[in-house]
Amino acid sequence: MSTTIENTAEAMTDGSVDLLRFATAGSVDDGKSTLIGRLLFDSKTIFEDQLDSVEQVSQDRGNDYTDLALLTDGLRAEREQGITIDVAYRYFATPKRKFIIADTPGHIQYTRNMVTGASTADVALILVDARKGVIEQSRRHTFLATLLGVPHIVVCVNKMDLVDYAEDVFESIRKDFTEFASRLRVPDLTFIPISALEGDNVVNRSENTPWYDGPALLSHLERLHVASDRNLMDVRFPVQYVIRPQSHDARDYRGYAGTVASGVMKPGDKVVALPAGLETTIEAIDTADGPVEEAYPPMAVTVRLADEIDISRGDMIARPNNTPAALQNIDAQICWMDSDSALVKGKKYAIKHTTRWARAMVKDINYRVDVNTLHRDEEATEIKLNEIGRIQLRVTQPLFVDPYQQNPQTGSFILVDESTNKTVAAGMIGGLPHSS
Amino acid sequence: MTSHVLSQLRSLEAESIHIIREVVAEMQRPVLLFSGGKDSIVMLHIAAKAFAPARIPFPIMHVDTGLNFPTVLACRDRWVENLGIQLVVASVQDAIDRGLVQEEPNGSRNRIQTPVLLEAIEKNGFDAAFGGGRRDEEKARAKERVFSFRDDFGQWDPKNQRPEIWSLYNGRVHQGESIRVFPLSNWTELDIWSYIAAEEIDIPDLYLAQEREVVNRDGMLFAVNEFTPLKEGETSETRSVRYRTVGDANLTAAVESDATTLQAIVEETAAVRVTERGATRGDDKVSEAAMEDRKREGYF
Repeated sequence: MSTTIENTAEAMTDGSVDLLRFATAGSVDDGKSTLIGRLLFDSKTIFEDQLDSVEQVSQDRGNDYTDLALLTDGLRAEREQGITIDVAYRYFATPKRKFIIADTPGHIQYTRNMVTGASTADVALILVDARKGVIEQSRRHTFLATLLGVPHIVVCVNKMDLVDYAEDVFESIRKDFTEFASRLRVPDLTFIPISALEGDNVVNRSENTPWYDGPALLSHLERLHVASDRNLMDVRFPVQYVIRPQSHDARDYRGYAGTVASGVMKPGDKVVALPAGLETTIEAIDTADGPVEEAYPPMAVTVRLADEIDISRGDMIARPNNTPAALQNIDAQICWMDSDSALVKGKKYAIKHTTRWARAMVKDINYRVDVNTLHRDEEATEIKLNEIGRIQLRVTQPLFVDPYQQNPQTGSFILVDESTNKTVAAGMIGGLPHSS
Repeated sequence: MTSHVLSQLRSLEAESIHIIREVVAEMQRPVLLFSGGKDSIVMLHIAAKAFAPARIPFPIMHVDTGLNFPTVLACRDRWVENLGIQLVVASVQDAIDRGLVQEEPNGSRNRIQTPVLLEAIEKNGFDAAFGGGRRDEEKARAKERVFSFRDDFGQWDPKNQRPEIWSLYNGRVHQGESIRVFPLSNWTELDIWSYIAAEEIDIPDLYLAQEREVVNRDGMLFAVNEFTPLKEGETSETRSVRYRTVGDANLTAAVESDATTLQAIVEETAAVRVTERGATRGDDKVSEAAMEDRKREGYF
């Protein structure tokens, strides 16, 4: 084992540690479980009793080696069938960052799970088997990551030990991948040659790849600059809840509670409340720990305004010269997530966008995208489980939206089946992230 | 100019506040499940922050097994008094007396809490119940949603969970159905302790190390008291111990520790190599799938 990572209590409490969320995608054989196992193990996140339990189960089954995949397969059905059903969340920390891993299985319901994991990810980790090169699945995962607007993609060319750590193998994969990715909008693409099994370039830089002058995976994840990915330009504050204390000492208090979706808000800023369109000024930004001088994403705050205007949940606060579009006709990409139904023209759903619920009808299906070839089928009449398509919706009331690629917080929505109450689709407003 | 980067603890806190507000805005009758343990205390502390300067707009419910450490009950009552909130107590002893549930042979009231919890949720018409569960605790929890749907029997179906994308939570339910909500899903044990230390949160003193009379049973240290008296042939000894989890007093073991301050607990937690449940909870060692089974039945 390579050098362990030290968790220090001080770093956790002094505020110098920030949060990075990454999604991993891969299938059974590409070493994803081994890679996650190594990151958890080397960061001392796997506990002795967890390891004991996994070793015991491996022995009971007559396995020759300790199956680290058992650490991440949580449900009985998964262990019995040797498959992964759902997105699992893992946590580890170094002195620089806390990491949340959304671990998504590659084989069944891959699109639904990958979309779920990628929706909150700063980074997508894509594993490529050095022996196999860029395959259909690599393309699919990359397409989904860009569709969801994940700002950083790290391609781990794994199993380098099985190709004798050959530079030309790595370079050829890098070339293929870059060529494919140029058809998509990938803001930041990095390639790292690794062996998850041997630990090469995972936590420490490997001596087996002297031709590689980049960082090991973990140092890359620790240093990735993600702060600038957040939209600090466009003030968007969806009102979540109105706080009006029913007590004697705070009777006149009226505050609008919510999470800053984007932009930086300050007391004194001129703002407009939508849909009313009335302009006023931010009087104060409160938190339970006292007022703050500014609020930025993802802070949860309570805004007080200078004038009494009628604002309720679902309304949006923005700047008068920079407002989202108020749209009732929505052009969106959707990923269908329900196994029991399909999206068809004319069907009605409940729609949730920021803190606002409305009803939506499918006006048209423009096309369905083949996630493997990116081919658009314009004859498609329905969109089923794990399929992606571009559709037109008519919503019962205006939504205050931005294009998803510009602002994921105000560019995303979910569709909910009104009879079963199940979440059936994830929607992204605006067209495909194609460069064309 | 500031960097506009929130520390990871404040990011987690903001996410939890967002979740709690979302439930209050959308659900008819939420309740917060309060055990008196550190996680439910942190959850309550954050709930108070989410609605300040107003009071928390929902009651808390304690499923009282009748096997509480007295200092845990005292701590609970301090929180209720300080926040001015309503406390609902669902009594397991009362349910045993009424014949709703039967005492289990091993003395654990962990499993029989579930029918008591479900009855109280139904009787009070609660459609959303906040729980302090964390995904890092256990493998089944790692795959549970923040908004976790329960059918009208209170059951969790792990294979039929609602997709949860971005932070667009869906709490829609039919009459009789409900959701469990886990605002601390993304917190780890170390985060909880770092936060308790940073915010100086009032917790039961059992969590802090002190010299206690203990008996060693199969490698687990139980404090000698009215719940776990010395059995015949056993000998006790005095050691500096503390509790990592606070469950039923008859089944929760202590760990050796010199951590007498919150900061010392943070440091100890950062270095520890055994999960909290593995170290201290006799009731979780039953089977590999113990938690999954209990959750399916409607457990917290």
